[in-house]
Amino acid sequence: FLGAGGGNDIQWCFSQVKGAVDDDVAEADIISTVEFNHSGELLATGDKGGRVVIFQQEQENKTQSHSRGEYNVYSTFQSHEPEFDYLKSLEIEEKINKIRWLPQKNAAQFLLSTNDKTIKLWKISERDKRPEGYNLKEEDGRYRDPTTVTTLRVPVFRPMDLMVEASPRRIFANAHTYHINSISINSDYETYLSADDLRINLWHLEITDRSFNIVDIKPANMEELTEVITAAEFHPNSCSTFVYSSSKGTIRLCDMRASALCDRHSKLFEEPEDPSNRSFFSEIISSISDVKFSHSGRYMMTRDYLSVKIWDLNMENRPVETYQVHEYLRSKLCSLYENDCIFDKFECCWNGIVMTGSYNNFFRMFDRNSKRDVTLEASRENNKPRTVLKPRKVCASGKRKKDEISVDSLDFNKKILHTAWHPKENIIAVATTNNLYIFQDKMN
Amino acid sequence: MFVRGLKRKCFDGEEDIEGTLAGIKAIPSYNLQRQSLLDMSLVKLQLCHMLVEPNLCRSVLIANTVRQIQEEMTQDGTWQMINTQSPGQASLDRLVSTDILCRSSRDQAEGKHLPAYGAFSKDFESDQAQESSETMSTTSSVQAPRNLQSNVWEMENPQENKGNFQKSLDQIFETLENKSPNSVEDLFSEVDNSYYDLDTMLTGMMSNTKMGHCDSLETFSSPTNTASNSNCKSDLNDLDHIVEILVES
Repeated sequence: FLGAGGGNDIQWCFSQVKGAVDDDVAEADIISTVEFNHSGELLATGDKGGRVVIFQQEQENKTQSHSRGEYNVYSTFQSHEPEFDYLKSLEIEEKINKIRWLPQKNAAQFLLSTNDKTIKLWKISERDKRPEGYNLKEEDGRYRDPTTVTTLRVPVFRPMDLMVEASPRRIFANAHTYHINSISINSDYETYLSADDLRINLWHLEITDRSFNIVDIKPANMEELTEVITAAEFHPNSCSTFVYSSSKGTIRLCDMRASALCDRHSKLFEEPEDPSNRSFFSEIISSISDVKFSHSGRYMMTRDYLSVKIWDLNMENRPVETYQVHEYLRSKLCSLYENDCIFDKFECCWNGIVMTGSYNNFFRMFDRNSKRDVTLEASRENNKPRTVLKPRKVCASGKRKKDEISVDSLDFNKKILHTAWHPKENIIAVATTNNLYIFQDKMN
Repeated sequence: MFVRGLKRKCFDGEEDIEGTLAGIKAIPSYNLQRQSLLDMSLVKLQLCHMLVEPNLCRSVLIANTVRQIQEEMTQDGTWQMINTQSPGQASLDRLVSTDILCRSSRDQAEGKHLPAYGAFSKDFESDQAQESSETMSTTSSVQAPRNLQSNVWEMENPQENKGNFQKSLDQIFETLENKSPNSVEDLFSEVDNSYYDLDTMLTGMMSNTKMGHCDSLETFSSPTNTASNSNCKSDLNDLDHIVEILVES
């Protein structure tokens, strides 16, 4: 188990699971992104069918001190539809690649959702009252003849069943030739960036017909292309600083004050290759699939195929910490290349403790302080509410102990690519292919 | 399966011929694996082109892998092997295509994508030395016992993986057959990426031109024995037949 502050171990318990029970997964139901909002009260998921489902945490029940509020469906809407690009004769997938919440400024909630080409700003607002008492219409809805209206009646607001409405407020389109992989809201809360394979654009949330290109790594001759952008994020505190990661395992930190086009990085983070581990797959497994800043902005975390690395922004030549997620896969890289699993893009998140997904519906957690790590499983079996999750172990080689799973028995179709951590509490959301699991720490 | 950290034997000029030849027996396994990885990568790249819009990151990573293999194959100390085994120095692509066609039946099944390999390697190696190191390595693999090939997939289920490989190949040809030649070309011309060599190869296939190397093949005098020559002829006929089928659909 992990050690947390105060010397108490965090014991993770099953809380809820959302989604269909069948093994037959409908393609449209595949979860493609998971994100808590800034308060943690709302949890959004996006799927391959272009839908966004938002769950809301129940207000804590003061009498039931042993569990935190459950998450229930709050709003569901179709964010993106499939489109056809007539110029290229290509379909544009409606799959939601990323959702990012804006901090709450008024009663309504706002989020950005994006597919491969178009970003949309959605407003989610509640309506729980409606005006009643008009005397201007007949019962069937037709307007009454004004001469028959003899009294002036002022309508009053009366409570109604809660209705949650989602409406698209801005559509940011036509700025990306390649597939958008990241969006990140700036700490100024006015601008945001969107990154595709070769370019990063800066937008103002109010302006949809213009965006500024701030990074462009497209070579003049596409035949010379050897590296693409894989993720990008704004610094949490410095509104002119952002980072982007590449398929060659590098992270570049750029400062927008230096020049309009941030072609030259301010810092380049790259760990020299370990020559003893070199193989034809070295570059592929070094490709970074996710990058996240710490809350302070002093550190950033990157995820490549086999590991999670923590970087100190002041040190470019190597990470300060490296955690092996599933080192037992290193000897299987050829098969993983053949079945394309080697290209899976795992995300990572942290809240003091680092969390990331793996195969067989396993996910891993690393405590940076105690250096302990644990493997847990997201599964419907043996999971009743408040059941403590049992740590799992993969047997890399040799004799398999009882309760261990051998590498060859792992199900590579069951991958956990998306995970999210509640910003304030020990509640985590883990997405398997089409189910969303919510775990929380055991409260006494 | 790749053995991690396997050091490639680097032959320097000092080694005597006997020592080199003895060393060859240890090499084919690695070279075979490397060749299989190259083949698999090319298949994957072809599949990329078949998709509606290829995932650029994946394509770039696979292309880089192919490039690495190509570089290693040309830099490898198999030059010694060329000197000891082959009198002549035929052009690169002719040697490659001959050799590929002379491979085992398993390799023949994969032979459909070989023209891609020829075109691809031509492009990547145009700046490299003229010697075709990979040719000699695969020539030696032909002579190696067949059971070596099962070593390539050092996994629990070699059959399953061969099946997967075959399945990927089947997929390519299914897609090729389902699309009319024009739409295939349109797909390639519209997608904004750079693998023109593969595009050229595939459009060449669709328009039923015989591969350049097939033509030169007929005039090529093989340094190897006549038995392998006759195998090549029959393989060549098979290849023509396959291309005809593809074009007619």
